[in-house]
Parts: sequence; structure tokens; C-alpha cells
Amino acid sequence: MNTVGKLFPDLGGPATPPPGVPTLDADPFCEAFFADPYPVHAQLRDAGPFVWLSKYGVGAVARYAEVRQVLTDWETFSSARGVGLADFVKHGRFRLPSIILEADPPQHTRSRAVLNKALSPAVMKGLRDRFAAEADRIIDELVEKGSFDACADLAQAFPLRVFPDAIGMKREGRGNLLPYGDMVFNSFGPPNSFFQESAPRAKEAFPWVETQALRENLEPDGFGQICYQAADRGEISHEEAGMLVRAMLTAGVDTTVNGLGAAVYAFARFPSEWRKLRENRALARPAFEEAVRFESPVQTFFRTTTRPVELGGCRLGEGEKVLMFLGAANRDPRKWENPDVFDIGRATVGHVGFGAGIHMCVGQLLARLEGEVVLDAMARKISAIEITGTPVRRPNNTLRGLSSLPVTVKAA
Amino acid sequence: MVAVIVISPEGAETRIAAAEGVSLMQAAVGAGLAGIVGECGGNAICCTCHVYVNDAWLARLPPMDENEDELLEGTASDRTPASRLSCQIKLTADLDGLTVTLPPRQY
Ligand code: HEM
Ligand code: FES
Repeated sequence: MNTVGKLFPDLGGPATPPPGVPTLDADPFCEAFFADPYPVHAQLRDAGPFVWLSKYGVGAVARYAEVRQVLTDWETFSSARGVGLADFVKHGRFRLPSIILEADPPQHTRSRAVLNKALSPAVMKGLRDRFAAEADRIIDELVEKGSFDACADLAQAFPLRVFPDAIGMKREGRGNLLPYGDMVFNSFGPPNSFFQESAPRAKEAFPWVETQALRENLEPDGFGQICYQAADRGEISHEEAGMLVRAMLTAGVDTTVNGLGAAVYAFARFPSEWRKLRENRALARPAFEEAVRFESPVQTFFRTTTRPVELGGCRLGEGEKVLMFLGAANRDPRKWENPDVFDIGRATVGHVGFGAGIHMCVGQLLARLEGEVVLDAMARKISAIEITGTPVRRPNNTLRGLSSLPVTVKAA
Repeated sequence: MVAVIVISPEGAETRIAAAEGVSLMQAAVGAGLAGIVGECGGNAICCTCHVYVNDAWLARLPPMDENEDELLEGTASDRTPASRLSCQIKLTADLDGLTVTLPPRQY
């Protein structure tokens, strides 16, 4: 019965659900689900506050209240056994855990303090003008073209230009970042075909990423150096500094690509919201936030229980994986009014698109800055966005986004 | 309940009543007050909950920690000696009447 049992051969047999837990055979890691996850999200939420996914032998939460509960209680719901389906204790470590994403305090606290500095409001302030100028340039080019692929030419092109620059990376080889991120985010799910297909291309990217994150390969004024400076002060080791630069390279590209893609795709489908933004450009930043709620570019992460605990009225034992559906929580009607409507005037505070609690996205300010300057430039220069071809979804076990979105824009 | 007076950059006063124990940022966002954004939900990373605490109250607040101090270096509006992050101000009974002024910009 158990797919995981087959795919992780060293797994000691399928786990069984606690008594009384609603069981579903839905597969949240397959193409049909990626194409339209919303009916399954509703099923998961409506079945109960804690449900069992029989296909993977794992418990899950999809309602806002329980997703938030799990996110904000790191002492009970640990990240250190991996935030993917594989449990580092039971299945071994088939990949190196991140020293921030997949660590608990005190290791997490040390790593986090350093990345908080590297990605601080003060650092963002220093990047704002450069990012805004780059956004203007790219939107000017695209308006000139008229018709383009909003994924490749905008959602990918913009972060790939500004983000590695800001870290202080060289220009060459940046194309490696996308397949690398694609593979890492696939690896949090089951080792299915998506993961297996993304692995070979990423294999070439791995050594490149490792080399790029070395101190001598980073420009002196990029924020990557902030990690090495922390190491000079003895706050972390120099090896850890490299790991933290890599963590940013892993988590900071595909996520913003899908975040920007989500925003453009949403505006193309909700033209009244586009008019709203054009009338009030101060909404650019809240609009990006709403796009992150609406599409949840990061859909899922796992935790592992550190002790027996009651969750959604069910007793869980120690060492149990729990899958959190961030995307389902962000559209839970128990929390949000008209959750399936993209509304840039909405109060989005409390959405979990960037997570919540101690692991809440450390790069959120950078993501918002990118989103804000791109939407602001578009709102000034583009009066209408029209989808002119079939959008193509990019399947990934963790990330939600498109690989292609053909559009035509009208110059303002 | 704790009463807080929030003054807009233009000088308009809003009085909000909040439960004891919540942060000033939570109280303001809960009251739908524009001008305090709170993008990070009070995790002390975003700096979009910046306020200027009126003189009479400044010394009565618990001192800021090192992290808040560093974050305030990144505020969108100028930092002054009265600058605090409202998500780090927990409303207690002895803060009844707390008066703060909003900065012109939060990002
Ligand atoms: C729209 C874009 C983004 C989204 C939706 C997003 C989403 C998330 C989420 C949901 C988490 C929480 C993971 C968990 O709780 O286990 C997270 C953590 C993280 N993100 Fe982001 N992210 C984005 C952009 C970025 C950027 C630009 C960077 C780096 C520059 C970044 C770096 C990280 C890191 C290092 C963590 C781990 C933090 C920790 O464990 O303390 N992210 N992100
Ligand atoms: S709400 Fe983000 S720092 Fe206060």
C-alpha cells in the first residue's frame, strides 16, 4: 500500500494513523493535484483539523488554525529531522540538512542571527534604488516587445539579474540556479518522477553553487560577505558561512520567481485589480503580499513531533511527520473571506505564505522588495495585461508556479 | 483594556482600546489602523511597525534589545531617539494612555 515504503527501502514499514483520524487517499505530489489543488485542499480541510494521507502514511494539517499552531510551536514540531517527507532519523540523511531551515535552536538561532543581518531592513534600503532601476529597465524592454513569456522574460529574468548581483556573485553560470533550486524543492516531497527528473541537471549545478558561495568568489560589497564577516567575529564557523550563502542561493531564487509569476498571473486574471493598482500605486507592495497568499509559491513543508501531542483533537506520538499545507491554510474560508478571490485591498496580515514563527522566511523583505518594484514599474508603464496562450504549469513537489505564461501587454 | 493614542504624521489622533498582553502592533493592525503595517507579523524582522513614542512615555517602556536596535537602523522613515518597533511593545495596564506618533512611511 505504501509508496514511501517502496521508495525509501530502509523505511521500517508504513506508519498507521492514530485511531479516529479521517483518512484520505489523495496524492498532493502528482501532476493532477498540481494542475488544480483547490478541490483537494477543500477536501483535506473539511475532513477534519488533522487528517491522514494513506498514500504516504503521514498526517497532515490544512486548516489555517492548525497550520499556524504547528508553525509556531518549534519545540513540539521540530525541523531538525528534515522539513521534507523523509525523516533523517528513520530514513537517514540522503542529503545534507540546511543549518537554518532544518535546524532547531540553538543551532537555528545562531544561523538565523547571521542571515537576519545579511537580509536586514538596512541592507534592503541600500538595494532599493538599484532594484527599482533594474525593474524599470526590464519592464521598458518588455513593453517595447509587447508580447513575451511572463515566466522566462520577467518572473525569472528579474530575480536572476538582481539577486545574485546583490549577494555579490559573478555573472557567468547563473542559469544553474534554477535547476538547482528546482531539485532542492522537489527533494522535500517523495522521491517521485519529478524529483528523479530534476536530479541529473542539478548534479551539474551543485559544484558550481558550492564554488560560487566561497568567500573569494563573492564581491566585497555584496551581502553574501556579511555571512563571512560574522564568521570572522566568531559567531559562526567559516564553513557555516558558506552554508548560509548557499541557503540563500537555494531558497532565494525559485521562490521569488514563483512569487513574481504568481503576481503577474493573478493580475492577468483579475483585470479589475490591475486597474485598482494603476489608480493607487501605493498598493504595489500589499498586492505582492496578496499574490503570495493567493498562490502560495511555497505550498508545503513538514515537521516532526518531538513528544506526544494533541493536534486537531488527535493524539500523535513522538517522532511523527506532519505535513503542513500552507496553500490550503491561505485559502481556508474559516479564516479568509472570499479566499479564492485575488483582492489587493485585503488585510493579509497573518497569512502563512512566508511561514510563521522562528522559521518564518528570512528573505521575506528581499522578496517583497522585488515584488514591489516590479509591480510599481509595471503599473506605471502597462495599462493592460492579456494572456495570449495556454499557461504551462511547472510541476514541483513544494513550489507552485508556471513554466510559461504567454502574455501581451498594452503600453500605458 | 489599555487605551493607546496614535497620532498620524499629519497630526490626527486615533484612540484605540486593546486587551492587555497584546503588542501595540497587533492592537493597531487589529483596529485597522493604516500606518502600522506589521509585515512580519511581529517576528521582529521587517521594521514596518515603526513608531515614535511621545517623550512622556519613552522612559516608561522596557528598554529595547540589541536586535530591535539593529533593526531600527533600517527604518524607511528617519530613526530618532524616540523610535521603537511597536511589535516589541507589549501593552500592560501601566501603559494606559501610551501616546505614539506614526512615521510618514513604513517601507
Ligand atoms: C516569494 C518568495 C518567498 C517565499 C514564498 C518564501 C517562503 C518561505 C517559507 C514558507 C519559509 C518557511 C519554511 C519553514 O517554516 O520550514 C521560508 C524560509 C526561508 N526562506 Fe523564504 N521565501 C521566499 C523568498 C526567499 C528569499 C528571497 C530568500 C533568501 C534571500 C529566502 C530564504 C529563506 C531561508 C534561508 C529560510 C529558512 C529560514 C529559517 O529556517 O529560519 N526566501 N521561506
Ligand atoms: S512587525 Fe515586523 S518588525 Fe514589527
